Amino acid sequence: MKKKISRRLFLKAGAATACTLAVPNIAPAVSKSDIHNQLSTLIDISKCIGCGACVEACSEVNLKKYPAPRKPFPKMYPKRVPVMDWSDKRDVTDRLTPYNWLFIQSATVEKNGEEIELTIPRRCMHCVNPPCVKLCPWGAARQLENGISRIDPDICLGGSKCKSVCPWKIPERQTGVGLYLDFLPSLGGNGVMYKCDRCYDRIADGKLPACIEVCPENVQTIGPRDEIIKQAHTLAKETNGYIYGEKENGGTNTIYVSPVPFEELNRAIEKGKGKPHLNPVKNVMANANNLGTAMLIAPVAGVVAAVGKMYSMAKTEKEDASDETE
Amino acid sequence: MKQNKFHIGQKSLVKYIYRIIIFMLALSGFAQMPVFKRYYIADIPGLGWLAKFYVTHYIHYLFGLIFIAFIVYIITDFFLISRKKYKLTASGYIRAAIIAGLITSGTILVVKNFPGYHYSPAFIVAMDLIHLGLGCVFLATGLTCMILKLRIISRLVVVNSCSPLARS
Repeated sequence: MKKKISRRLFLKAGAATACTLAVPNIAPAVSKSDIHNQLSTLIDISKCIGCGACVEACSEVNLKKYPAPRKPFPKMYPKRVPVMDWSDKRDVTDRLTPYNWLFIQSATVEKNGEEIELTIPRRCMHCVNPPCVKLCPWGAARQLENGISRIDPDICLGGSKCKSVCPWKIPERQTGVGLYLDFLPSLGGNGVMYKCDRCYDRIADGKLPACIEVCPENVQTIGPRDEIIKQAHTLAKETNGYIYGEKENGGTNTIYVSPVPFEELNRAIEKGKGKPHLNPVKNVMANANNLGTAMLIAPVAGVVAAVGKMYSMAKTEKEDASDETE
Repeated sequence: MKQNKFHIGQKSLVKYIYRIIIFMLALSGFAQMPVFKRYYIADIPGLGWLAKFYVTHYIHYLFGLIFIAFIVYIITDFFLISRKKYKLTASGYIRAAIIAGLITSGTILVVKNFPGYHYSPAFIVAMDLIHLGLGCVFLATGLTCMILKLRIISRLVVVNSCSPLARS
């Protein structure tokens, strides 16, 4: 006898097939990378002579990625929205700008009673769990599997949330460029955010980031995070040095080793807009992620509450029934 | 009698909790976009926290957690107690589907925020837009249902042997 296919059976089978087909497509979209193998750099501050070769190389290599804003800029509403235009100040190299993703900070400090001058290359720290990436409302900021965080200029709207949530306020905005110009340029968005992308394209081609390649003093070493951390500890032990970036914001992929404590360096460097500090930084994503973990037990709480209610109702019903009998 | 009073009181309490959760989720959810400061809303006394991304992020997670527990409570309660008395209306099914989508996309975004979790860029953009889009659709649906007085559940008509309907 020929079996008839009912509508319900057809729908059930259809849904099951759709789910089966969808799962393999979704699965590759999600993966858990090994944070111990993220690409990290060790910066030995004692080696840096502040020649600026890294700054120049960075500009040269990333020239094609720099913004080319359309002028005049759209009139912004409301008036408080700031126009950030660095296109006429492309030569500024003493701070971070959309046209300068790496700069040299200098500090005059005392070591063993002697005054010494230290120079520190500063750029994005490339956090292990970068808040700029995780909290970007559009997914414009992203972290690559090798740990590099970068901002996609094609979809960034320049809302500057990444800068607000960055513990070092690294990303810099350029108005008059990007996707917002095609939507509501006066009412939403304000350009594109720019920062060091660790020369992700060069790394993909098997090359070194420009700043590392040109450094005459080999200030930077690049490698898997675990190895870099190990090297940093060995170096700090050998030189009685201090480490910054290993624990900051839950861990970053930029590890500095300094001959003087970072509190002293932080006091000595010029800080402010585009000039990041060297303060200790707590893990800014930790509180929310703890709550995220607690979400796993939320369904259990819901079931327990409902079962509790059923039990309490059954009890009240029994009491009502016994009241009526009496 | 005692049980009836208890049941009615609990029903209105559930309604108020649901509304507070939805309001806080919507407010803290929209605050994930950098708009409240730009449009002076965070300047209103008492609303300054809306411009603080870590605060709104934490509040969104907190109410997300409460919402998941609440929805699981409602579903379990429905299957254990209320299924024989009530049924989901058409608007109830629509809202349930939207809530399912919101919780699924929200959970995926929560997992994304743990260290070391990677999604393809297109997938993240899709999830962000789906979560925002569903949030807007949910609010619009809720408002429409409120105006049209469409309820989520309706009482089942019980036909017993004594009722005129059963006899005819």
